[in-house]
Amino acid sequence: MIESFILQASSYASQIDALIWLIVIITGVWFFAAEGIFFWLLWRFRARPGGAPARYIDDHEEHVLKYKWIEIPHRLILVCDVVLIIGAITVWSDIKLSMPATDETVRITAQQWAWTFQHVGPDGQMDTEDDIVSIDEMHIQVGKTYKFELMAKDVLHSFSVPVFRLKQDAIPGRVITGWFQPTITGEFDVQCAEICGIGHGIMPARLYVETPEAHAAWLANPTHYLAYKF
Amino acid sequence: MAQSHAHDDHAHGDHHEEGWFLKYFWSTDHKMIAKQYLLTGMALGVIGAYFAYVFRMQLAFPNKPVPGYGLVTGSDYNALVTNHGAIMIFWVAMPVLIAAFGNFLIPLMVGCDDMVFPRLNRLSYQIFLISAIVLVSSFFVEGGAFGGAWTAYPPLSAKAEYNLTPLGPTLWLAAVALEFVAFLLGGINFVTTAMNSRAPGMRALDLPMAVWMIVIASILFMCSVGPLIAGAVMLMFDQTIGTGFFDPDRGGDPVLWQHLFWFFGHPEVYVVLLPPLGFVAEIITTFSRKRLFAYKTVLYTTIGTGILSFFVWAHHQFIAGVDPRMSNVFSVTTVLISIPIAELCFVYIATLYAGSISFRVPMLWALAFIAEFLVGGVTGIFLGASGADIYFHDTYFVVAHFHYTFFPIAIIGTFAGVTYWYPKMFGRHMDETLGKIHFWVTIAGFNGIFIPLFILGAAGDHRRIFDYSNFPELASPELQAMRVFATVSLLVMLAVQPLFAWNFFRNMWKGKVAEANPWNANTLEWQCPSPPPHGNFNPMPEVYRGPYEYSQPGRADDFWPQNSPT
Repeated sequence: MIESFILQASSYASQIDALIWLIVIITGVWFFAAEGIFFWLLWRFRARPGGAPARYIDDHEEHVLKYKWIEIPHRLILVCDVVLIIGAITVWSDIKLSMPATDETVRITAQQWAWTFQHVGPDGQMDTEDDIVSIDEMHIQVGKTYKFELMAKDVLHSFSVPVFRLKQDAIPGRVITGWFQPTITGEFDVQCAEICGIGHGIMPARLYVETPEAHAAWLANPTHYLAYKF
Repeated sequence: MAQSHAHDDHAHGDHHEEGWFLKYFWSTDHKMIAKQYLLTGMALGVIGAYFAYVFRMQLAFPNKPVPGYGLVTGSDYNALVTNHGAIMIFWVAMPVLIAAFGNFLIPLMVGCDDMVFPRLNRLSYQIFLISAIVLVSSFFVEGGAFGGAWTAYPPLSAKAEYNLTPLGPTLWLAAVALEFVAFLLGGINFVTTAMNSRAPGMRALDLPMAVWMIVIASILFMCSVGPLIAGAVMLMFDQTIGTGFFDPDRGGDPVLWQHLFWFFGHPEVYVVLLPPLGFVAEIITTFSRKRLFAYKTVLYTTIGTGILSFFVWAHHQFIAGVDPRMSNVFSVTTVLISIPIAELCFVYIATLYAGSISFRVPMLWALAFIAEFLVGGVTGIFLGASGADIYFHDTYFVVAHFHYTFFPIAIIGTFAGVTYWYPKMFGRHMDETLGKIHFWVTIAGFNGIFIPLFILGAAGDHRRIFDYSNFPELASPELQAMRVFATVSLLVMLAVQPLFAWNFFRNMWKGKVAEANPWNANTLEWQCPSPPPHGNFNPMPEVYRGPYEYSQPGRADDFWPQNSPT
């Protein structure tokens, strides 16, 4: 469903899309069944000249019908709900509750109305001299697992990468961690998905998922990012 | 002698004469207060619709002057979407569905002469009117109206240096708080009147579902609004005197506001949902000539839904930085709320079974409510399932889902109620043909607006963005075509609304005169004259049976009014 609109570029994108498919199928069956019965009843019991009048359903008959109209569907929905909940919580736990072994850290800071990305330098350590800071551009390598540290300087923002199916609000005063693993190379949108003031609509960033060679080339040419270094 | 005569006049309400001001502005009569609420709500609905027109035009044709507005800047856009949401929920749905219909219907349906506290009732409307004026005034102050979304998350809403509107947010909060006071006063009346002023013989389980629904909605509102009012006061202090309740630099927590807001905000969805569910129950029974299927199930399921609605609020905050383990709990409660809501839909569908369904205008609206609300219901599962919400959160999928619940509630529900009770309110009929044209175009337009928004949300369109050309993945011509389609559908839908206004206002004077019970309905409001005089009933009714005894075998009529002894 979602994959036909937008690429899957992270290890867990297909998991989320599969969950969405599951929901589409289960709710779709219920939806079309309910609407089908609804419109059929409207057609079948429409008033017409010479047609049958409405039939009074007394307490006894109502009690019998309740089983068919309410109690059976009630139990079936409960079963469907359990399936949906198991699916939802499984996906949620894999993405948001677990933290796999990560190869590298990237620090993401949101502010009105720009993104700052702090990448580790050649030494592979965060907060050392050779860290690379870029504005509105995030450069990562395909296949590596990244831990992100998400912060906000002023108001709430939300780090959203649709191709990754990743979204996480950033809160001033907190460091929120999470992870992602890009699976294909390319250039993708980063959005701010939480309203953050009059510039909310002009707070895009670009995500560059690169092969190790291309990433090394970016690292080797400091003119790309040196201007931002603080 | 003269004095005793005047006293007599007062005793017989139907001879009552009042001045213009007392009658239309200072009235304590529940029917007049209902009309005040209805017309004020509809007037604000026009403002809310105008905002929607302006920002949808900006989305379809970015950065071109909008006819009737001009160029839309980023800050204009934020103020428009913020106040569109706030107005439609707090100043249209609440006053029309709960206050207008609650005031009009409850005394008539329970068979009494007025609300228990008529002057409290008058005060309620007056405070509401002030709140509306405060809200509208926020557009004309320095810096302009508040633009931090109707959810008003701090720190953006708390500090002028972030939102760049120094006065707007404070006026907005004051307006919301005043509005809540108005509905607390109204709610006290609704609950008390329904519980204490029922006609002799009327048991609680003889109450029409519309009354039950408004009463349960009022109780939900009273139980949920406290935390939000506390939050609003704290936020206003943060804005004006520099406290730091929601400021992380000074030991506050911005997420606290989200909990307070959504603890109110989610039950609020059911507060506005329940009254139209009640209207739909009245209308589908009347126009299918059927008893409401499983009255007690409806009632208990509704109460259950109301209680459960207090335990789902954090599904708005799955990715907001709350402890991710908490999301599991809220995902479970949220998905489970599908059971009572589906049950209510099934009950209404089952009511149609073995009926004799005539498709009059109010019935069309009531049926559309069921058909469209089902879409809103099933799409909610996508958002309640925490794993899927990671993707859908804050996209247009949410916007579309929300409007598929809220448009049926606020707009379809209002039209259903207005077209059904119009003959009782004004003593005249609306035009059936105009009503049907208005119905079909509105429904087609509504679906034309929001089906594309589901697709846009699935493709990754995030909310509250005034121009998508900055996002290469979202700037494709296909997606832009859908935004244009949605906007054109909105224009079509708006274009047909003057037809309703014409039908509504003209027929107050020119419509075919309505008899007391034009739909052959059972409930008490149809057993007094149309429009009901001051004091409503003469003599006061006595109740012998439930509200939905249609098509009883062995009777000449297919209806059996609640107050008919035989």
